[in-house]
Amino acid sequence: MDRRYFLKGLACSAAAHPLLTTVTLAGGSPALGENRLAVIILRGAMDGLDVVQPRGEAAFAARRPGLSATPALPLDDFFHLHAGLGALLPLWQAGELAFVHATSTPYRDKRSHFDGQDMLEAGTGMDVAPAAVRDGWLNRMLQSVPGIVAETAYAVGRDEMKVLMGPAPVREWAPDQGLPLSAQGRRLLERICHDDPLFREAVADALDLTQRDGPRRDAAGTAGAAGTATPVEAVADFAAGRLMEDARIAAFSLNGWDTHRGQAEALRRPLKALEQAILRLKLQLSPEVWARTAVLAMTEFGRTVAENGSRGTDHGTGGVMVVAGGAIRGGRVFGRWPGLDEAALYDRRDLMPTSDVRAWAAGVMRGFYGVDAATLEGAVFPGLDLGAAGGGAGLLL
Amino acid sequence: MTDRAVTAAFRFGFGLPLDPAAATPEALLAGLSGPDRAAMAWPGVTTAEALVLLQREMGLRETKKTDPDAAAAEARAIQRAGLILQRQGQRATFARALGGAPLRERLAWFWTNHFTTVPKGRNQLGWPSALRDEAIRPHLAGPFAAMLKAVATHPAMLFYLDQIGSFGPASKRGKANGRGLNENYARELLELHTLGVEAAYTQADVRELAELLAGLTVRPADGFFFDAARAEPGTETVLGVEYGGRDTAPIFRLLEDLARRPETAAHLARKLAVHFVSDQPDPALVEALATEWRASGGDLSRVTEVLLTHPAALSGGAAKVRPPGEFMASALHALCLSGDEVYGMAEGPFQRLVIRPLAAMGQRWEAPPGPNGWPEAASAWVTPVGMAARIEWAMQVPGRLVVPLPDPRDLARAALGTHADAALLGAVAAAESTREGTGLVFASPAFNRR
Repeated sequence: MDRRYFLKGLACSAAAHPLLTTVTLAGGSPALGENRLAVIILRGAMDGLDVVQPRGEAAFAARRPGLSATPALPLDDFFHLHAGLGALLPLWQAGELAFVHATSTPYRDKRSHFDGQDMLEAGTGMDVAPAAVRDGWLNRMLQSVPGIVAETAYAVGRDEMKVLMGPAPVREWAPDQGLPLSAQGRRLLERICHDDPLFREAVADALDLTQRDGPRRDAAGTAGAAGTATPVEAVADFAAGRLMEDARIAAFSLNGWDTHRGQAEALRRPLKALEQAILRLKLQLSPEVWARTAVLAMTEFGRTVAENGSRGTDHGTGGVMVVAGGAIRGGRVFGRWPGLDEAALYDRRDLMPTSDVRAWAAGVMRGFYGVDAATLEGAVFPGLDLGAAGGGAGLLL
Repeated sequence: MTDRAVTAAFRFGFGLPLDPAAATPEALLAGLSGPDRAAMAWPGVTTAEALVLLQREMGLRETKKTDPDAAAAEARAIQRAGLILQRQGQRATFARALGGAPLRERLAWFWTNHFTTVPKGRNQLGWPSALRDEAIRPHLAGPFAAMLKAVATHPAMLFYLDQIGSFGPASKRGKANGRGLNENYARELLELHTLGVEAAYTQADVRELAELLAGLTVRPADGFFFDAARAEPGTETVLGVEYGGRDTAPIFRLLEDLARRPETAAHLARKLAVHFVSDQPDPALVEALATEWRASGGDLSRVTEVLLTHPAALSGGAAKVRPPGEFMASALHALCLSGDEVYGMAEGPFQRLVIRPLAAMGQRWEAPPGPNGWPEAASAWVTPVGMAARIEWAMQVPGRLVVPLPDPRDLARAALGTHADAALLGAVAAAESTREGTGLVFASPAFNRR
């Protein structure tokens, strides 16, 4: 039996009988058409309440006396954007940046990074043991589409990207991976691998990929200038380079969000990285491709409403998803706002999730790739009920 | 050096050069008996050492309430202590691979991967190494049931598969706190550790098994602890057999029964053949292994003997690819590094030259992606990024470990024996530097396959 769909004895019957329906796509090459989806996993639990601050709520400053004093820029008359993402404000104004607030995976109560990330990437609910589903939801989406080739999807960087791994073929590459060979060494290596197709092709691809660093524009947008990119920019550049060619899906990680202490300082670096990643994707994609791109940046869970004793926050529940791209309906904060009164909180401590973050991703895959609801609810996100997920529609133009 | 000996060294050891004491399948098997000298020479982590971290973590909960700054400092100290234990275990693994009996080490790797555990937090960083040394290595040549019982009562597994969060719903503690079963370990015990996913067990079996296992937990003061207050009262029926009684006795009866089941024999016969011989193993080999498993009730020394002496064990081409860890140990072995040298390496170089490159090659050391462990398929490892990382290591690291590097033509013959063909030897001889010649040996399909 093929292990990939085998969820033995699970409560979710759709997953136990996962006869994936075949998606029929309008012509176009590759199989996913022209829309591009980039998924960024923010590891460590991003504090959504600090990134998109509900300044219109009196309880916010009361529960976060120190953190609520950090600089922020108004998004509307209720929410303010953390100044660490200030360079994204023009995207907000152009309708290319949005947020989903008070959203989360179905993960509850244990608040473990490991299990939380496993669940976020597996796309499962609490009825499935975190490690019971071994492939990621992006991979299962690819499994549902005929004609997928490895070049369609890239995991970029050094972090393991479970969200994209599974039986459907995908590519992995780390732009900092070198291949230190002289011309002669390269020729000899090709010769000794020649009669072994597996090695021959892997080596040929590796040699090819080390030559491709993305479209090479510098920060000023000057084409052809190599410029100096930070490691995050190099990842985004490489992802954008592939999306400009045959790839339609890219996934990478941004780390460092676990801000238990001194959060005002601790958030600077990861926010800078997120800002760079989004700006860099826009910079390196052509305007036509950016117009058909959605970027979803999601995290395993949110953080406590109250500031803790060391000017940080602890593991919580509801949080924020960051959405960017020319294909999205930006300039707004999606999701029903639950309020911060103690009675409105989850477990009297965390922001109450009012939507399932999987539903928003499902909405994008439906709109972009025509994946039908039955496949989304049964195979891609086993157990997801789109009708009861508290959101999921309207992110795309 | 016969071709048979070379193939045996590649498939069941860490390749060449050949230790004269392990030059034949029979000699490799002989290395399985006797005391575990490698574990004594290069110690890993003990359960007692690993447990200290858990005790400190518990203490931290109290400190947090009174003194957050002290708690934060202690949390960092636990993290550091955990990393030290984890690295001790990593060094021991590679030192033993170089200095121990090759087959014993390869079997230790195989069974440790079969019973995959991954730390889920700073205070768990010592557990996988402790599990390997105390629950796996002592049982490599004994009854499989003994290994199964040792694993089921080890904190590493009870933490990793969430058994510590499982409460019999009708138990005293289950009723008191409204907690219920966590089926994770019960399911993997059947699906991965014993019967295999294709066996005919049902959700009801998983549920009953979870109820049977509910007393297994960890107590900071003791490590493994059977907690009667969370054990489900009454008898449980798993695969049609009733298990009742007190303490761990019925659990051990069940594990002994599982170890002998024909489905377990079939599952593990195939897994052994796939890991050591071929991704598509000769059905005759799988059947011979399963037959011996059934006949001996899962005696691992007899099953292993069949694995090494069956005609198919050494026949066929080099169908498998060495996973990164094996690539690394075999390369270090070919460069003639000793167990003591690796065990005594400074931490910086050890991480930079050994452990981190493994992650780049696709094997985040001791952190497989799920409880099913590392993939077996050659195509899972020979990817563009994985191959680039192997080539990068091959070209840049050997010269930092061995000064001066040997003549690459000698290295090719020493590391590959009869597996080096004329094309490879010619290419190595044509390399423009010793560094690239050495790199070609380690990057070659001949070195990476077994």
